Amino acid sequence: MVRKVMTGNSATAYGALVSGVEVVSAYPITPQTTVVEKIAEFVSDGSFKGQYICVESEHSAMASCISASQTGVRTFTATSSQGLLLMHEMIHWAANTRSPVGLVNVNRAVGPPWSIWADHTDAMAQRDTGALNIFVESAQEILDMVIQGYKVAEDPDVLLPFIINADAFFLSHTFEPVDVPDAKKVQEWLGRYEAPYPLDPDDPHGYGSLTFPHQWYMELRYNIKRAMDRSAELIPKVSKDFAKLFGRDHGGNVEEYRTKDAEVALVAMGTMVSTAREVVDRMRDEGHKVGLVKVRSFRPFPQKELRDIAERIPVLGVADRCFTYGQEGPLSTEARAAVYTLKNRPVIKNYVIGVGGRDIHVNVLRKVFLDIEKVKEKGLDKESVWVGLKRPPNEPPEVM
Amino acid sequence: MAEPKMSTRERMKGKAPKFTIPKDEWMDVGHVGCQGCGGCHAMRYVLKALGQKTILSIPACCWAVMPTVLPYHNLKVPMLYTAFEVTGASISGIRAALDVRGRKDINVVGFAGDGGTVDIGLQALSGCVERGHNVFYICYDNEAYMNTGIQRSGSTPRGAWTTTTQVGSTEDWKREPKKNIVEIMVAHRIPYACTASVAYPEDLVKKLKKGLEIKGPKYYHIMAPCPTGWRYPPEKTIEYAKMATDACAFPIYEVEYGKYTINKKPAKKVPMKDYMMAQGRFRHLPDKEIASIQVQVDYEWDLLLKKEEWTKDFKKPQ
Repeated sequence: MVRKVMTGNSATAYGALVSGVEVVSAYPITPQTTVVEKIAEFVSDGSFKGQYICVESEHSAMASCISASQTGVRTFTATSSQGLLLMHEMIHWAANTRSPVGLVNVNRAVGPPWSIWADHTDAMAQRDTGALNIFVESAQEILDMVIQGYKVAEDPDVLLPFIINADAFFLSHTFEPVDVPDAKKVQEWLGRYEAPYPLDPDDPHGYGSLTFPHQWYMELRYNIKRAMDRSAELIPKVSKDFAKLFGRDHGGNVEEYRTKDAEVALVAMGTMVSTAREVVDRMRDEGHKVGLVKVRSFRPFPQKELRDIAERIPVLGVADRCFTYGQEGPLSTEARAAVYTLKNRPVIKNYVIGVGGRDIHVNVLRKVFLDIEKVKEKGLDKESVWVGLKRPPNEPPEVM
Repeated sequence: MAEPKMSTRERMKGKAPKFTIPKDEWMDVGHVGCQGCGGCHAMRYVLKALGQKTILSIPACCWAVMPTVLPYHNLKVPMLYTAFEVTGASISGIRAALDVRGRKDINVVGFAGDGGTVDIGLQALSGCVERGHNVFYICYDNEAYMNTGIQRSGSTPRGAWTTTTQVGSTEDWKREPKKNIVEIMVAHRIPYACTASVAYPEDLVKKLKKGLEIKGPKYYHIMAPCPTGWRYPPEKTIEYAKMATDACAFPIYEVEYGKYTINKKPAKKVPMKDYMMAQGRFRHLPDKEIASIQVQVDYEWDLLLKKEEWTKDFKKPQ
C-alpha cells in the first residue's frame, strides 16, 4: 500500500490500474480529462500492460468496452456529462449483454448553457439502464469503489455494468491523501475476470439474436431485475470483505450518520454529504437532534434500508443535485416510493440544491436542516423547494 | 471421322478448372433472408475465405435478422450483435481483448450493411481505421436501408426510387450520387481497401486471403444486390451484380497502400440504360436523366483508370 496525495481523477485511474483492467477505452471530456491522461501515463511508464484504445467518441468507448468484455476481459472507461449521455444507448447495451464494464462518471451539468460543474442530471439519465449507479464523496471512496465495483459486477449472479459517480471538481480536481492498495493483493481478491460465455471460435454462438414477444425477451429482462436485486445484497457484503483486507469500510447501500436518536434527517448523495456531516456535528453541539443519511447506491435503490430509517425518523429532507422536470428531485421521488408502504409514513420534503455546481455551503445546509425541523413542528408547507436561487421567480413559495 | 471415346475425366485432364473457393461451409442452411439475397452470398464467401478462426460483429442490418431467431443460429462462427453505429468500435474492442489475452490467431470481422457503414457507422469505422486495428471490415452493399424496408442510404445510387425518395409527380428520385466509401478509406491511408462482388466469388475469396497476410485494417466493399429493394426477380441477382460491374457502375478494384488495381475491366461496357431498365427501382427515369447518369459513370470510370495508371509504379512503403 502506498499513501499519495492525489486528485479524484488520479484515484480513478489508480483504481482501474490496481484492479488489473485489461482493456481501457476512453475519450476525453472536461472534467474527466485527467483520467485519460493519467492512464496514458501508466501506459507510457509501463505500469499498465493492457490495451488502451483512444477512441473517437464516448459512444465508441462504451461500445468497444462491451465487445471487449464479451470477448472475456476486464474493461474500464470514464466520462462525464454530455459524454455519458452520448454513451446512454450503449449503457443499456452493456447491461443487456450482461457485460460488467467499469465506468467512472465525473458528474457534470448538462448544457446548454455550457457548465462544467457538479450536477447529477447526467447520472440520473442512466437510471433505467440496468447499470449499478454508485455515488461517492471522496477520492479514496472512488478508488475503493472501482475495485469493489468489479467484485460486485463480475459476480456470476450479477454481471452488470457499474457507474461510480464523482462530483466534478469537488472530487475530480481536488487533492487529498489516498491509500493506493497493492495491485497484487487487489487482483488476488478480485481474481481474473472469466466471462461465462466469451466469444470463442471453438464454441460459437450468436450473442443477442432476435427474440419474439412470445419468446425470451421478458425473461431476459427479469433476469436483469434479479441480478440487480442480488447486487443490493452484495454491495454491503463486499464492502465488509474489502474492509477486512484493506481496512476501510465506506458502508453498504446507505451510510447513516448520527441518526440513532435523530428527530429529523437529511438524505443526500455525493460530495454534499461531507458538508452535511460537518453541519450535523455543529448543530448537534447546539442541541439539535439532526442526522444524515448518505445514499451510496442509487441503483440498486436501497429500499429496505430507507424503510428502516423512515420507521425511526418521522421527518426526512431529501436533497437533489438535479431535477426531473414536471416532477421533483429524483432521489426524493424514489425515497417517497420506498417508504409509501409503511404504516407510519414519514413526512418528506425535497430540496433542490447545488444545481450546476452552485456551492453548497455549510450555511446553506444549516438553513435546510432548520427548515426540516420547521416541517416537524408545523407540518409540510411545500413538497419540493429550490434552495438558494439568486432571483426568486414569481412564485416564491417554491424557493427557499 | 469419329473421335476415340474418352471419359470426361480424361478429356478434362490438365484443363480442369482449379477451384479456389474452399469447400468448407461456415454458414448453415436456414437463414431467413429473402430469396436471391446478395448479402447471403457475401456472408457465405467471406466465411469460406476466413475460416473457422473468425469472430463476427454485426450491427443492425439484414444480417442482424438473417441468422434466424433465438435460440437458433445458422452461422458456425461466434457472432456478436452490436448497435447500429458501432461496428468499428466493436471490432476494435474485440481485437484489443484478444490481443491482451494473446490470441493473435483469430480474425476479427465487422460485417455491416451500407447504411451501417457509410452513414450511421462512418464515425466508428473512421476511428477504427485511423487507429489501425488489425481487423477486417466488410460492407455488403445493397444500396439502401433494406432491413427497414428500402429507404435511401448514402450508398443508394443516383436515380433510384426508395420509400424515402418516392418518385411521384415531383420526380423526387434520389438526386445525389452514391457516396464513395472506398475513397474515404483510402484517405485514411488504409493498408488495404477493395470492392468486390457476389458475381465474382473467386476474386472476393482471393482478396480476403490476401487480407489475411496484411496487418492492420482491411476494408471490403461487396456489391450485394437485393431483389426485394431493387425490384427484380430473385434469380437475377448474380446477373445484375455482374451487369453493375460491366456497366462500370460498380467497378471491381483494390487499393493496396495507395496503389490502385482494377480487377475487372469489361471488354465491352454495358450501357447504363440496359443495367438500369432491368430494375424496377430505376424504371421511372427519363432518357435525359439516364444520359446524365451515363456521363457521370463514364467520368468516374475514366478517373479510376487514371488512378490505376498514375499509381502503377507505387510500392508498399517500407
